[in-house]
Amino acid sequence: MSKPLLEVEDLRVTFPTPTGPFRAVRGVSFSLGRERLGIVGESGSGKSVTGRSVLSLLPPHARVEAKRLSFDGKDLLTASPGEMRALRGSRISLVMQDPKYSLNPVMRVGEQIAEAVRDKGAGARRRAMEMLEAVRIRDPERVFNLYPHEVSGGMGQRIMIAMMLAPEPDLLIADEPTSALDVTVQMQVLAILDDLVAKRGMGLIFISHDLDLVASFCDRVLVMYGGRVMEERHARDLRQATHPYTQGLLDSLPRIDDDRAELPTLKRDPAWLKD
Amino acid sequence: MIQVRNLNVTFGQGAQAVRAVRDVNFSVAEGESFGLVGESGSGKSTALRVLAGLNPHWTGEAAVAGVSVGQRDARLPRLVQMVFQDPYASLHPRHTVDRALSEPLEIQGIGDVGPRVERALTDVGLGPAFRFRYPNQLSGGQRQRVAIARALMLEPKVLLLDEPTSALDVSVQAEILNLLRRLRRAHNLTMLLVSHNLAVIAHMCDRLAVMNRGAIVEEMDVATLRRQEPREAYTRQLLLASRGYDREVAANIITYD
Repeated sequence: MSKPLLEVEDLRVTFPTPTGPFRAVRGVSFSLGRERLGIVGESGSGKSVTGRSVLSLLPPHARVEAKRLSFDGKDLLTASPGEMRALRGSRISLVMQDPKYSLNPVMRVGEQIAEAVRDKGAGARRRAMEMLEAVRIRDPERVFNLYPHEVSGGMGQRIMIAMMLAPEPDLLIADEPTSALDVTVQMQVLAILDDLVAKRGMGLIFISHDLDLVASFCDRVLVMYGGRVMEERHARDLRQATHPYTQGLLDSLPRIDDDRAELPTLKRDPAWLKD
Repeated sequence: MIQVRNLNVTFGQGAQAVRAVRDVNFSVAEGESFGLVGESGSGKSTALRVLAGLNPHWTGEAAVAGVSVGQRDARLPRLVQMVFQDPYASLHPRHTVDRALSEPLEIQGIGDVGPRVERALTDVGLGPAFRFRYPNQLSGGQRQRVAIARALMLEPKVLLLDEPTSALDVSVQAEILNLLRRLRRAHNLTMLLVSHNLAVIAHMCDRLAVMNRGAIVEEMDVATLRRQEPREAYTRQLLLASRGYDREVAANIITYD
């Protein structure tokens, strides 16, 4: 692997609260090449905050510190708002969970995709059409003219992905991109992301609470808890995880082919969060 | 205990009519746990809401313990209760746990409120200390325990569960599933569980029906599900897609009408 696309070293994010500072991310380090990196964890583990701090999309009162936070050699910590705007969308994109809240309800979906294309003008419409085809929407001419409320959840998510991919980003951060979708639609959306990583050499950060999905889809996985990385593994070895937190999560999942009467519940150890 | 015959639910009229539930038949014996599984729009929740009396527009037969759910029969609240998907939405934010749990008792004119509330809280693993808290002082799992306690206040025979753990983290899901299994044994409850998650259904149910586009595709016992030997192609595809990402499977997904 050549030089990593994204390098994160000792990332710390703190939110001030009335009861004192809340440390949402406490010293996370990882690097990403042209690969699929999964970040899994339960709610409050800091996985989404980690994804958002790469894009400087946290509220202004959040304090973001890191020894290193660089994208393609560029330091993101010292980048000006203008420089961040130039990166955001065009080189680093973010796909969020719910298309209902992320698409503009009063704008045709095709126009929203065209707006994301880098070179505006006559080519943008054609490019939007190509993107709709790339995410396997069968009748792009028709879908181009629809409003968000006229499309299903699965199609809405594909439209979001089309929009985020229109400027051909080098890095896509997908925060629970398929959690609201049915399993069969989820599979089709993942196949699109899979192709983009394989064919275009895009880097992908896939944030999810679904361990089995991440294990089957990603190359590497970071398991987060309480703002820290508990362990990092090759995705295909996730079932052999050694950390008690990862093991506990995997054990607590019901499975189709098992007949355990009682599911083991997770015992959290305060030592996992000791400094 | 639960009888559903030729159930049909249609939303809208004329050309825009959507047949959300089509000719659905199933029955659940006393003490049995039955699952309805399917993707979004399959009609599983709509069928459940008919039994809860939350959907008045239906035709056919639907009865709990021989009492039709069509007439607002005064016996129904003590026969059947429901637990909803989102514990953040199903508890009143300005009502204490105590108020949420005593309300059904007061409506039904049952006395002995205090001790009953405390017993119910202990029953769901929370304990009396939680009695005067507000929902915003509780975690998602604790809220769902309160919602379950509320559903059990009138000691119903049937518990309807609509995706009771899909809004929860997996470790909390395990706790709630364990609790539901324990309560089912302790109170000899009949359960009807709606879920999109085949593993949750396999863990909780004795039998299940797979739904697609409003109709039941097939009915099977849990052993058949565990062996992953369904009869219908639709169910096979659902099982394959539930196993995690597979490029091959993704390429061959088809839409069943």
